[in-house]
Amino acid sequence: MNIPRLIMLLALAFLGVFVEATWDLPRRVLGAQLDVLPALVVYAAVSTDLASLALLTAAAGLWLDSVSASPLGSSILPLFVTGLVLQRRRELLLREMTYAQIVLGLGATAAVTLLKLAVLLTLGEHPILGWESLWQLAVVVAGGAVLTPVVFASMDGLTRAFAYAPERGPAFRPDREMKRGRT
Amino acid sequence: MLKRPHHVAFLAVLLGTVVLLNLPDRAAARAKLAVGSLFIPLFGVVGSAGTFVREAQGALSSRKSVAADTARLAAENRLLRLQLAQATAALAENDRLRQLLGWQRQLPWKSRAARVIARDPENWWRTLRIDAGSRDGLRNELPVLGPDGLIGRTGDVGLASAQVVLVGDPKCRVSVLIRETGENGIISALSTGVLDHRLVDLTHLPRHSLLKPGQTVITSGLGGVFPAGIPVGTVVDSRTVGYGLMTEARVKLGVDTARLNEVMVLVP
Repeated sequence: MNIPRLIMLLALAFLGVFVEATWDLPRRVLGAQLDVLPALVVYAAVSTDLASLALLTAAAGLWLDSVSASPLGSSILPLFVTGLVLQRRRELLLREMTYAQIVLGLGATAAVTLLKLAVLLTLGEHPILGWESLWQLAVVVAGGAVLTPVVFASMDGLTRAFAYAPERGPAFRPDREMKRGRT
Repeated sequence: MLKRPHHVAFLAVLLGTVVLLNLPDRAAARAKLAVGSLFIPLFGVVGSAGTFVREAQGALSSRKSVAADTARLAAENRLLRLQLAQATAALAENDRLRQLLGWQRQLPWKSRAARVIARDPENWWRTLRIDAGSRDGLRNELPVLGPDGLIGRTGDVGLASAQVVLVGDPKCRVSVLIRETGENGIISALSTGVLDHRLVDLTHLPRHSLLKPGQTVITSGLGGVFPAGIPVGTVVDSRTVGYGLMTEARVKLGVDTARLNEVMVLVP
């Protein structure tokens, strides 16, 4: 487990939930609030281990539910299941490519939103839904697609800034070796 | 497809989620407030920053605009004093008449101002959070008002913050009446216009309703949560439903909750 990276992920998730609760401009302009958590889950799934993914989804899900009217714990499973599926297939994912990040963010945000809705309906809750919810879903999914490369760039930058630099190989090169003495 | 560690992690998360979702209501509310309290310092910082910006704007406004504001407020104050005197006299008369009839005296409600510190981040709920809690005398199910009428009721109340369930959320149903016709109905969540948060459905109206657009909707006082006579909104249109057995109407709420920064909680 990479502790500094996990702490940065948790800090970003905490700030993300706080901003979603206090910054209302996307809802006023586009009719729906954006969600940064699926983008963070995509990053955690392709860049960290299983324990970090589980910790991130549990903490982020609890934080989101604590400022929302959803039952406490209802966001954890959708986030974790989406992350788990991505992590199982991460050898096949081109995580460095922006296009791949956008597609992953798109799919993950749609999956998280629909799974969350399924959990709420299973629990007997009555969320406000109508035909215009499809527009809201489109906005949230598009927002997730845009936010995912931003999260990747931010996390890679933070990791470079705060984590230990990768170990360099030895400077020795056999082709530049000066042979001394008679040969 | 899944390896053993993945199985274990999935089962652990599933178990934790099931335990959380099956907590008793009281314990779940307490756990939610405890987790949510982590955000209170950040809400405080944002609130202080907003106050600082408003004060800075006030300090930078010109003497001319301040003088115009003062004159306008003085005129408004005179009008409000007059209305207060009339209302006090009407209240005293109401008390006297109630006493003559042997009716129970209505206890006056006190109001507690609070600032909006957060809104529900999810698109399928209509709630917000205010910076007053049980230490300010708040409890569950108290009416919450905006500048132009009712906005909702209090939900879970913590020590320093409380959730407000807005009118239009499925968990906030309000018994109302049309001032002009005296017909009773219930305001429930909106099912057709998710994007317009000011439009809500008014249901359970009588079959031959005399509704007209523009009529005023006020609280009826039935149900015990909201006192009678609080303005809620105006009728937009109506239609017959249930094979002509009932009438439904759309109501435009008087308060735009998206732009609301301060609210008043009525405390009995």
